[in-house]
Amino acid sequence: MKSSEITLKCHKIIGGYGEGEALVSHEPICFYLTDPKTGVVRERSHELAGKNIANKVLVFPSGKASSVVQIDGLFKLASHNVAPKALIVKNVETVLVVSAFLVNVPLVDRLEKDPFEIIRTGDFVKVNAEKCRVTITRK
Amino acid sequence: METYLAKEEERILAGEFGEGTRKALELLVAIGDAYDAEKMIPINRAHAASSGQEGDLYFVELLADGGARCRVPTSTNPVYDIAYFHRLSDAIPEDEAEVARRVMEAYKRVGAILSWSCTPYMAENIPLYGETVAFSESSATPYVNSVIGARTNREAAQSALAAGVIGKVPRYGLLIRENRKGTHLVNVEATLKDEFDYTLLGYYVGKRIGYGIPVLTGISRQPSTEEFINFCAMSNVSGAISMFHMPGFTIEASTVEEAFQGDFSGDRITVTDRELKECYEELQTTSGKIDFVILGCPHYTLKQLGDVARLLNGKKIHDGVSFWVCTSATGKVLAERNGYVSVIEKAGGHVVVDTCIDEPCWIAYKNKVGVTDSPKCAYYRRFKEAMVARLQDCVEAAIRGRWG
Repeated sequence: MKSSEITLKCHKIIGGYGEGEALVSHEPICFYLTDPKTGVVRERSHELAGKNIANKVLVFPSGKASSVVQIDGLFKLASHNVAPKALIVKNVETVLVVSAFLVNVPLVDRLEKDPFEIIRTGDFVKVNAEKCRVTITRK
Repeated sequence: METYLAKEEERILAGEFGEGTRKALELLVAIGDAYDAEKMIPINRAHAASSGQEGDLYFVELLADGGARCRVPTSTNPVYDIAYFHRLSDAIPEDEAEVARRVMEAYKRVGAILSWSCTPYMAENIPLYGETVAFSESSATPYVNSVIGARTNREAAQSALAAGVIGKVPRYGLLIRENRKGTHLVNVEATLKDEFDYTLLGYYVGKRIGYGIPVLTGISRQPSTEEFINFCAMSNVSGAISMFHMPGFTIEASTVEEAFQGDFSGDRITVTDRELKECYEELQTTSGKIDFVILGCPHYTLKQLGDVARLLNGKKIHDGVSFWVCTSATGKVLAERNGYVSVIEKAGGHVVVDTCIDEPCWIAYKNKVGVTDSPKCAYYRRFKEAMVARLQDCVEAAIRGRWG
């Protein structure tokens, strides 16, 4: 089977470059509700429950939960080297910017097409935040 | 759109003012870019919701080690009174104590006001009407926006600290008048007798609205300082209410129409005694013997310390109950002067400063059951069970050693 590749413009919030397998969540994410040592989502009612966000390119609508919890959650993942490689988000807010900034993970929004229509879990995604480009490869 | 930067800001980003200051501005620029802020604007003060957590430690040490200093008054949230708690118990893990020590030391190095208080607007760092500020702490943000009429966004500890270091914030959100209009009309038919009724009202409104700017009508008398504090704190336990209007009693809008800036299309909610009673019942999880009573989340005011002293005067707290009241250093000094602390201590209670519920110092109560007057205190899940009740009932439970 032939693989297809598409490149989309995006808006940079936290710069840098990150690539990995896409993991798409239609529900907001609270990093505190993941296992800090492995990156496995522990929130039982969440659509990603049991899935691992470590080293993925995470596509999700927004963050959730209090600032302290959210920031500390992503920080703990990063200190165990199991943070996502990049974050593609739809609705960004201050706490998510701070979280990504502290752990130096690229954060982008405003893809020129709806990321939930273009990106599927398992696609290979390169996020070049510096150049405001997201490249999606499907096998 | 990228946030426009003035010449000095370009120099900060080039590293001319040191690495710590550069990092602080980088964070603010990222936030500005996220919100398409056109530029940075000056602030008069900031409040950093410091905590003894690793993410907080990392950022404040990054700034302190990089030589950053606060340019505007920047107060700090409570961590815990290390000397006091370690004198009583050796259960607190040394690595957690070490994080708390380093956090407190690093905030000192960046030149913050070492208030260690979650109600800095009471004494240590008081915003004025119309000021632009950067106040984190979910209970302080709505108080400052609504009761005082200063302007702040819902900041994280780190963005507020960065703003304190730079003396500026990106202009977005609640700093802009048009974004401060009401989103929900809340008609209060419930009878609001005391501070605890405002606790329940806040809890209900936060739960019902989630995220938004409620406009409350039907309130018949001026709420007290403590009633406003409780409303602010509890509406941010069950929801995220960074601002509200109470026309006639809060400063920014004197009528409902003004609160909605003439544009009301949102939801209408009615709160009766029944809704408040249901909230209260939801917060009763068990009954029987209790191990602790914890008050002062948010930090008790001098007036509330006086209330506790009057209720405990001449009484004895049950042997099986640890009784705690958290307040600010300023609150405790005045409470000592007024004789409240000695009454509380004579009854067997503790009055402790600098301390938040969400800290490892409470580890001795991890498997214990108790009562508090604050859903916020119960929410942190530092305890096996924490029921929520009126102050008078909390004190009575402390004396009897039982709840219910």
